[in-house]
Amino acid sequence: MTDAALIWSYLSREPLLWLTATLLAYWVGDIAFRASGRQPFINPVLIAVLVLALVLWSTGTAYPAYFEGAKFVHFMLGPATVALAVPMYGNLRAVRRAALPMLAALLAGSFTAVFSALAIAWAMGVEPSVLASLAPKSATAPVAIGISEAMGGAPTVTAVLVLLTGIIGAVIATPLLNALGLTDWRARGFAVGVAAHGIGTARAFQVHETAGAFAGIGMGLNAVLTALVAPWAMGFFN
Amino acid sequence: MIPALATILLFQLAGEVVARGLGLTLPGPVLGMVGLLAAFGLVPGLAAMVRPTAQGLLAHLSLLFVPAGVGVVAHMGVLRADGLALALALLVSTAAAIAVGALTFAAVARLTGNRADD
Repeated sequence: MTDAALIWSYLSREPLLWLTATLLAYWVGDIAFRASGRQPFINPVLIAVLVLALVLWSTGTAYPAYFEGAKFVHFMLGPATVALAVPMYGNLRAVRRAALPMLAALLAGSFTAVFSALAIAWAMGVEPSVLASLAPKSATAPVAIGISEAMGGAPTVTAVLVLLTGIIGAVIATPLLNALGLTDWRARGFAVGVAAHGIGTARAFQVHETAGAFAGIGMGLNAVLTALVAPWAMGFFN
Repeated sequence: MIPALATILLFQLAGEVVARGLGLTLPGPVLGMVGLLAAFGLVPGLAAMVRPTAQGLLAHLSLLFVPAGVGVVAHMGVLRADGLALALALLVSTAAAIAVGALTFAAVARLTGNRADD
């Protein structure tokens, strides 16, 4: 009995346990995602978050104790954001060839995403700190978390809102774009990447390769634009 | 791998220093990404050197936001209080952004004679 208690008191103080748990939970989510035939609503991150939340709750572990271990994974968000320069560089040729339609769609999509979300939440009485967490939700997670932090939002709330945005975008994109009668794969993919970042991009790749490539470009460009638009838009809703 | 990782971290570090030094709301890593993109254009061979490590990092991108996501347990109150407003905001704004973005792209492509099949 004391042995088990001693082992637990060691584990609950060291980062090893929660670092391992984070990877295991993601692994479980990834297995479920593959088993479902990569359905967009079976999201490995969402599953991992639910599993870990349940484990924390049932072991009475506070979030800061968990984060002591998980911070090693969290830290890699910064380098991963910088690494996005690689796929963007690879797509420069495609960007140059369709520069005007892309620029117009980027501006229109990014402004629509930020302003419509803020306007709806603001009209329904959501407070400013939550609005700051919501504003960057269409940008890719590491960037959105950084923007939210810089504007006084809660990065953890942003992380969940970003995830949900990606899942919503991945699920509705195909029926919505079909209903609009759009057949240009570049337009379809690009818009999904701008509005629904990496999860939308992964979905676009499943539907059509050109759509996927353009979604990746849209995601990268909107990561930069959202960092400029979101803080500015927040000024209108305070 | 070490030179590539050092390069990535160096650009992130430079981004953080510039962002904080100038008091920008732009996150340091985003500035680092823009800087690295510019460096790819200026330094031949840099992109090829960084690519394998960058692709390794990006292949597991979604794992990286699990820790932040779990933080939602500490914010359940917020999400419960504003749940309906946030759900509506996400649904409407995501649908609107996809529709507006795609229609704009198609319209401008048509106006400028930019064809899909080339």
